Amino acid sequence: MATTKVERGEYSALVDLEHNHEHEHAPFIAHHFYTAEQQFDSGKLGIWLFLVTEVLFFGGLFVAYIIYRYNRPEVFVDAHHHLDTLLGGLNTIVLLFSSLTMAWGVRAAQLGDNKTTAISVLITMVCAALFLGVKAVEYSHKWDLGLLPGDMFSYDPHAHHEHHLISNYLLLLCIPFAVILVATLVASVLHLNTGKSVIGRFYGGIAITMLGFFGGVLVGVLWMAGAATDESHSSDAHAAVATDATARLVSFEVDDAAAKTPATTEASATDAAATTPAVELPVDKKLGVFFSIYYCMTGLHAVHIIGGIIALSWIFYRSLAAHWRSDYFGPVDYVGLYWHLVDLIWIYLFPLMYLIR
Amino acid sequence: MATVTQKQQLFGHAPSNHYLDASHGVMSWIFTLDHKRIAIMYMYGVIASLFLAGIFALVLRTELYTTKQWFLTSAQYNQMFTLHGAVMVFLFIIPSVPAIIGNFVLPMMLGAKDVAFPRLNLASLWLYWLGGIFFIVVLATTQLDTGWTFYTPYSTSKSNTNVIAATMGAFILGFSSIFTGLNFIVTINTMRPKGMTWFRMPLLLWGLYSTSIIQVLATPVLGITLLLLIVERTLKLGIFDPNYGGDPLLYQHFFWFYSHPAVYIMILPAMGVVSEMLAVHCRKEVFGYKFIAMSSVAIALIGFLVWGHHLFTSGQSDLTSLVFSAITFSVAVPSAVKVFNWLCTMYRGDINLSTPMLYVMSFIFLFGIGGMTGLWLGALSTDIPLHDTYFVVAHFHYVMVGGTMTALLGGLFHWWPKFSGRMYNEPLGKLFCFFVFVGFNLTFFPQFIMGSLGMPRRYHEYAEIYQIYHQASTWGAFTLGIGIFGAVMVLVYAWFFGRKASGNPWGAATLEWQCSSPPSFHNFEHRVIVSEPYDFSSVVYDESVDGYVPVIPKREATPNQQPATVPH
Repeated sequence: MATTKVERGEYSALVDLEHNHEHEHAPFIAHHFYTAEQQFDSGKLGIWLFLVTEVLFFGGLFVAYIIYRYNRPEVFVDAHHHLDTLLGGLNTIVLLFSSLTMAWGVRAAQLGDNKTTAISVLITMVCAALFLGVKAVEYSHKWDLGLLPGDMFSYDPHAHHEHHLISNYLLLLCIPFAVILVATLVASVLHLNTGKSVIGRFYGGIAITMLGFFGGVLVGVLWMAGAATDESHSSDAHAAVATDATARLVSFEVDDAAAKTPATTEASATDAAATTPAVELPVDKKLGVFFSIYYCMTGLHAVHIIGGIIALSWIFYRSLAAHWRSDYFGPVDYVGLYWHLVDLIWIYLFPLMYLIR
Repeated sequence: MATVTQKQQLFGHAPSNHYLDASHGVMSWIFTLDHKRIAIMYMYGVIASLFLAGIFALVLRTELYTTKQWFLTSAQYNQMFTLHGAVMVFLFIIPSVPAIIGNFVLPMMLGAKDVAFPRLNLASLWLYWLGGIFFIVVLATTQLDTGWTFYTPYSTSKSNTNVIAATMGAFILGFSSIFTGLNFIVTINTMRPKGMTWFRMPLLLWGLYSTSIIQVLATPVLGITLLLLIVERTLKLGIFDPNYGGDPLLYQHFFWFYSHPAVYIMILPAMGVVSEMLAVHCRKEVFGYKFIAMSSVAIALIGFLVWGHHLFTSGQSDLTSLVFSAITFSVAVPSAVKVFNWLCTMYRGDINLSTPMLYVMSFIFLFGIGGMTGLWLGALSTDIPLHDTYFVVAHFHYVMVGGTMTALLGGLFHWWPKFSGRMYNEPLGKLFCFFVFVGFNLTFFPQFIMGSLGMPRRYHEYAEIYQIYHQASTWGAFTLGIGIFGAVMVLVYAWFFGRKASGNPWGAATLEWQCSSPPSFHNFEHRVIVSEPYDFSSVVYDESVDGYVPVIPKREATPNQQPATVPH
C-alpha cells in the first residue's frame, strides 16, 4: 500500500502542512511548542502564577502576624528589642544589591552576553549566601539567650549571659556550608586541571558563594563582639533594654489585673493591653509567640533564599555553558523574577520585625 | 483508495503505534512526560483510593446497622471515618476529574501535543504518589482520629494518632494540585490553536480554568496552615494552641479559606464534564454557552468569600455570620444558571440515552438536591439546628458523590473510547449506572431525614428512632458499592475485550475527537480543523472509518473574471 501512488486528497493537505512545520523547530524549543515566543510566554505566565502561590503561602503568616500584633501590640514592641536592627538593615542592603545584580544579569542574557550574566548571577549568589551567614549569627545568638519560639522560650533577663564569641549553634549551622566549600574547591581544582573548564568554573563559583556565607558570618560575629564590648563598657545597654521590656510587661500584668477591678489606674500605653484575651500567661510565654512568628517567617524566607541559591547556580552553570542568546533567555528571566520576590518579602519582613515602634 | 487509508489512520481506530504502544516497560511509564500516560497513572491511583475509602465507608455503614456498638470500638470508629474522609477528599475527589479527564483531554481539546510544562505535570503525579505514601504510613501506624479537617487544639495537643504524617501527606498533595492547576492555566492561555478564541473553547476548559484559578490561589494557604499545624504540634509554637496564647479559631479560618473553595475544585470540573457530555449526547448546541462559561468563573470567585459559613456555630461574631450567610446565597445564582442552561440544552434535543447521558441526568438531579439543601445550611436560622447533623453529611455527599463522582464515572464512559480505543458494553454500563443512582439515593436520602430529626454526625451509637434510616442507608451503601464496582469492571473489560472504537464514535465536534482512538504519541498526525465546539454539522459520519470525520470547510476560489470596472 505504501508503494502505491498516493492521491492528493483533501486530508493529505492537513498532514503536509504539519510536516512542513516540524522542520522549522529551533533546538531550544520544546517539541510541544510551535514558536520561541509561545515557549517564552508560557514560562513567563507560569512563573508569575508560581509567584502568586508564593505570595499566598507567605500571606497566611502575614495574617497571623497582623492578628497577634493587633491582639498584643505590647509584646511586639518589647520583643523586637531583642532583634539587632543593624544586622537586619545590613541584610536588607545586601538583598537590594543582589536584586540589582540579578536585573543586570537578565539584561546581559537578553543581549546574549553570557559572561556578564555569569558574573552578575555569581554576585547575586554571593549576596544570598552572605545574607544567610548574617542570619546564622543572629539565629545562633538568640538560641544562646533562650529566645526560642512558643513553649521553648526560656529567656531570663536577670541571668547573666556569658557572651560566647562563637556560639556552638553557629558552628553547627556552618558545618554544611563548610563541607560544600571544601568539596566544591576540590572538585573545581580537579576539573580545571583536567581541562573541563565549564564545570571547573561552576564549582569554583559555588565555592566562592560559600565563602560569601562565611563572610556574612564574620561580619555578624565582629558586630556582635563589638556590641558585647560596648555593653561591658556602657553598663550593659543591651540587657538594660531587655530588663526594661520585661519590667513593662510585668506592669501590663498588673494593669490587666487592675482593669478587672472598677478602679482605673493611669494607663499610658496600656489601653492596648486591655484587648488581650483574659487567659493570663506567664510573661515569657507571651514573648514566645512573637518569636514563633519571627522564626516561622524568617525561617521560611531563609528556605526560599536557599532555594534561590540552587536555582541561581543552575542559571550560573548554563551561563558558563553559554546557553543564552537574544531569542532564548527565558530561564534567567524566570529565576530573576523569583529572586526579586524573595527580596521583596524581606523588604516587608524587615520593618515588620525589626522596626516596630 | 489512498485517501480512505489515510482517513482511517487519522480518524479511525489506531491499529498500532498509538500512545500506549509508543514505548514499553515500567520505566517508560514512570518517567513519561506524555500527558495521556500521566492521566492513566493518575486514574489508577484515584480509583484505588476510591475503592479503599469506599471500603472504609462500607465498614462504617455496617457498624451503624445496629444502635449499639457492634464490631468497632469508638476509637476505631473515629479513625475509620477520619480516614474515609481524608482519603476521599485528598486522594480521590480533588484530583479526580482534573487529573484524569483534564490531563488526558485538555491538551487535545486545544489541538496541542502536550500541556505547557510536561515535566511539571510528571512532578505533580510523583507528588501525588508521595502524598499517598504518607497516607499509607498513617494507615500502617497509629492512624488518625481528628476528622479530615484536623481541627485544633485537638490535633495539636490532644490526639495521640499520627497527625503529622497525615498533614504532611495533605501538604504534599496540595502541591500536586497547585502544579496541575498552574499547568492548566498556562496551557489554556498560551496553547490555544489559531481560531479558538476564549468563547470558542469547549466548556470543560472553562470549568478546568476556573478550577485551576482556585487551586493556584487557595491551596498555598492550606499549605502554610498545615505546615504551621505540624510545627505547632512538634515545637508548641502557640499560634493555634490556646495554652500558649494561640487562637484555635484562626486555624478554622485558615483551613476553610482553602477548603471551602476546594469544594468548587471538586465540583467545577465535574460541571464542565457534564456540559460537554450533555451537548454531545443531545446533539444540540449548548444553550447559553457564555452564561455557563462565565458562571464557572463566578463560582470560582465568589467561592473565595464564603468560608465563614463553616464557622457559624464556632463563635464568630453575629455580624460576620450574617455577611457570610448573605454571600453564601449568592453562590446559588451561578449554580442555578448552569442547571437551567443544561435543562434548556436538553429541551428538544436529540437525546441519546447512552450510559454517559444517564450519568449526566443523575448528576443534574442529585446536584439539584445537593445544591438546594446547601441553601438551608447557608441560612443562619436553619443552620443552627442542622449544624453537625446527618443533614450536613447528606448535603455534601449529594454534591461530592452525587455530583463529582457521578460526573467522573460518566466522563470515563464518555472518553473511554479515546483512552483505550475500545467501546464499553452499553447495556451493562446502563445497568450499573442504575445501581449507582438508586444506591446513592437510598444511602443518603434517609440521612436528610434523620439529620433533620437531630441525628448528630460522627456518632458511634445512636437512639432507637434513627435505626430504620440507618438501616436503609446501609443497604443503599452496599447497592452503591456494587454499582461503582460494576461500572469500573465494565470499563476494565472494555479496555481489553471491547469492540474497537473509531476516532469519533459519538460525533462530537470538540478537537480531542479529531484524531485516532487511542491517539498517537503526538496526539494529532495532522493539523486540526477548529470549528465552533458544539457545531455538530462540522462532523459527518463516514462508513470507511465507522465513525465521524471532520468536514473540511470549503474554500472559496478567488473569482477569476474581470470586474466590470477597474479602479484606477
